[in-house]
Amino acid sequence: MSTPNPTPTLDILMQDVQVGSFRDMHVPVLTGVNWTVTPGDFWVVAGLPGSGKTDLLRLAAGLMPPLAGSYRLFGRETRDYGEAEIAERLKVVLVPEHGQMFSQLTIAENIALPLRYQRNLDAEEAVREILGLLELLDLLPFADASPASLSRDWLKRAALARALVLRPRLLLCDHPLSGLGTRHRQWWLRFLNQLGQGHNYFDRLPMTLVVTAADLAPWQNHGSQFALLRGGQFLPLGTWAGVIQSTDPTVGELLASAPAATS
Amino acid sequence: MQKGLAKIFKHANVDFLRSIPQPKSFTDILGRKLFLFLLSLQGIGAFALITLGVMLRKRRVAVKVMHPRIREEIRRSGVALLPMFFLMAMGLGFLVVGQTVAALAKVGAINYLGSTMVIVVVRELGPLLTAMLLLARVGTAHVIELGTARALGEVEVLETLGIDPVHYLIVPRVIGMMAGMFSLAVYLIIGSLLAGYLCAFIQDVPLTPGDYFKELASALTGLDFVMLGLKTVIFGFCIAMVACYHGLAQPLRLEDVSRVAIRAVTQGVVVCVLVDLAFIVIYTLA
Repeated sequence: MSTPNPTPTLDILMQDVQVGSFRDMHVPVLTGVNWTVTPGDFWVVAGLPGSGKTDLLRLAAGLMPPLAGSYRLFGRETRDYGEAEIAERLKVVLVPEHGQMFSQLTIAENIALPLRYQRNLDAEEAVREILGLLELLDLLPFADASPASLSRDWLKRAALARALVLRPRLLLCDHPLSGLGTRHRQWWLRFLNQLGQGHNYFDRLPMTLVVTAADLAPWQNHGSQFALLRGGQFLPLGTWAGVIQSTDPTVGELLASAPAATS
Repeated sequence: MQKGLAKIFKHANVDFLRSIPQPKSFTDILGRKLFLFLLSLQGIGAFALITLGVMLRKRRVAVKVMHPRIREEIRRSGVALLPMFFLMAMGLGFLVVGQTVAALAKVGAINYLGSTMVIVVVRELGPLLTAMLLLARVGTAHVIELGTARALGEVEVLETLGIDPVHYLIVPRVIGMMAGMFSLAVYLIIGSLLAGYLCAFIQDVPLTPGDYFKELASALTGLDFVMLGLKTVIFGFCIAMVACYHGLAQPLRLEDVSRVAIRAVTQGVVVCVLVDLAFIVIYTLA
């Protein structure tokens, strides 16, 4: 049963949410999460390894329900989402940390899969549809390669392409910069910025972005809102100025941490 | 949203029971094993109902993606196993059927040939042996593939892309296993009966091919065909369910996959034997 919609413009509204561990959903990882994401926001959620960043993103993506509290996605309580709301549901996509490409499919087949499944396309039709996206993300040379033959840099980019093929409104990226070389890190930061501002390929519609990070420094000129996960709490830090002014020792640690660190 | 795997988790999380220290007395250990097995059965039952529901509700969803996947699973669980089943049919024919025919001829009980073959090969050995071979060859592959996909987070990726993992991963495997099980059991039975006659012929048993097949045909009833079809399809469904349940329906780490594969094979054997017992009861009542 759907409930009245008091905040239709918000992409994410969590009120007093308790986040369970994905491995064991009954074990709380974060409690009392109050989080509001408005359209066009670019959130950077930082924390030390094991602080619950990935679990928070998985909950935000709708892969698991909150243990307690209310989570509204695009103004609708996530518990009310069902088969009929699949179109709404596909407006949020999660890019996993390690890409998690399907090993039996080629890169092009991986990227085309959501499109084929949702729109019942055959393989040739779908590949034609994704050519532009492959070109945009410089993945054309790897279209027929198997995921096992690609480096982590390109696998992560292919995972981003697979998420973008559905033209989501809210993009969740789990540790997008972890394990990347300098060139790829720069590409990701630039491309995420373009998505946030509205990329030509996506009809200049700004995308709402949430990324997790184990180091804050690379996001200085990119994120518009920052939050810290510490001790099972979600602590909003505000803009970059708030990060710099924070006296929290964990923030200092995250500003100084090595770029390749991940949770 | 949240109604896919999360719903299945509720039936799958018995790990906390497995982590309790082993009891010391034999009867307590037996009781604990039985209790855990019943909990698994409950989970498998719930998973089977969810799968059947998805099969019915989504039979027209993404057919251009699903039909090639179903064809591939039928090839994998059926056509690709034909050489192995040819060898098994030869083995079963020479080792069991041929020797039985020779023994019956020696004691002058050739009149019982038909009924003996129907009971041993058509009703029991054919379907059960096919089930065991499919469980070992395809069922374990399913557990390992699904368990690895689960451990690597590929299954969650499917969910986040709006692809129902039960529909995309399980339904083709179930259909492939049911079709493969039925076809391979029929091939195994026919092959072993032919090989059995060949063996008897080599041993100079005084039996013409016409008499041999007449004996078999006269012992077969319509119920045997119906039961063979039902039994093989149910075996296929059960094996697929046990394998897919253990591979998919619980959060796994890579190191858990081998342990789960062993559990799936053990439970698969037990479930097939239980189903077989149920069919014996049905035969007795019919």
